[in-house]
Amino acid sequence: MHEMSLAEGVLQLVEDTARREKASRVRLVVLEIGQLSAVEPAALKFCFDAVTEGSIAQGAALEIVVVPGAGWCMACAETVPMQERYSVCPRCGSHQIEATGGMEMRVKEIEIE
Amino acid sequence: MCTVCGCGEGETRIEGGHEHTHVHADGTVHTHAHGHGYKPAHRHDHEPAVSGDLDYGTGPARAHVPGMSQSRMVQIEQDILSKNNAYATANRRAFDERGIFALNLVSSPGSGKTTLLVKTIELLKDKLTISVVEGDQQTSNDAERIRATGVPALQINTGKGCHLDGHMVGHAMARLQPADESLFLIENVGNLVCPAAFDLGEHHKVAILSVTEGEDKPLKYPDMFAAADVMLLNKCDLLPYLEYDADEAEANARRVNPNLTIFRVSASSGDGLSAWVSWIQSGLEAQRAKRSETVAALKRRVTELERQLAVK
Repeated sequence: MHEMSLAEGVLQLVEDTARREKASRVRLVVLEIGQLSAVEPAALKFCFDAVTEGSIAQGAALEIVVVPGAGWCMACAETVPMQERYSVCPRCGSHQIEATGGMEMRVKEIEIE
Repeated sequence: MCTVCGCGEGETRIEGGHEHTHVHADGTVHTHAHGHGYKPAHRHDHEPAVSGDLDYGTGPARAHVPGMSQSRMVQIEQDILSKNNAYATANRRAFDERGIFALNLVSSPGSGKTTLLVKTIELLKDKLTISVVEGDQQTSNDAERIRATGVPALQINTGKGCHLDGHMVGHAMARLQPADESLFLIENVGNLVCPAAFDLGEHHKVAILSVTEGEDKPLKYPDMFAAADVMLLNKCDLLPYLEYDADEAEANARRVNPNLTIFRVSASSGDGLSAWVSWIQSGLEAQRAKRSETVAALKRRVTELERQLAVK
């Protein structure tokens, strides 16, 4: 969803940092994207190349670190792995499971020169 | 298409704004629109395309050792939506300080959002003050429909954008100047996907689902129904003519969000609207109470400080 807007959000954070650090070029951008966040990494990569064209980050590599999804199952009373946001508990099949991890959409770090 | 600022890159237009042109130090010319109440705070200078000297001492590493790369890693650790969220937080604070109750109405196109808004306004406009923000890609048709009810409305055209963001709503607030202790309604762009992720500073997202859509829509587009606090099942007057299982639709919505408050309504017949309207009234009442509590607490604090000063 709205990967184009997110890519522009990424570019803004990158440009702000690069300007502050007086960088001449951005070589690499590292993102942390949770498995349960509503972001499609392939679409984001495509949009990133489009929005960075002509910017200080033109040609920069994009690395996406996928953070695995996790949820708290009330029936099991423990944290279980979660593949999808609105799925059942993989151990007991309960619907009473709340996502607790893997919802990140963060710019982690950039490599500049 | 700009996430946080409608001014720079996108095609966002706020009604009544005027266009102006800048010439930058490096000769770049660009034109963009501002609303009248807007104080420009953003920069208009561009980085020069080529800088004159080669000074290795000013590189990011601030030193140059032959053979050693100037590149280095810089930690950012910031949420991609952090700028939008900061605008939304500021909007929410402004709403709370003034005792305003703000709702963000979201749905797919054609669910009857605008008709529902018009009916809601007609039922409430004699009891409370209302202002409306209308989001659409193009045209100001919806704002005109709202204005016909006698309530101030502002149209935001997002151009290529698929959602409203916190920054646009901040501008809209500055233009509309909503009254203290009033109702502020935002009709988002008809889109069941993107507006879920963008906080506008509202107190509740209200998702509208109409019975001419599928019962499984909450399962197909779960993010929106998870982000909403209220769901209105609209066009219920058509139920006798459709093979639509309203109970199943509600059950699907609750599977995604067990805390969802659901009202079955028909904007055209008016059925069920009274429960929805009283929900709005009690929400605004809570905002008013919270504000007067804050004001009372501040007054007590002032009295206490004055007393302490008098003792000294």
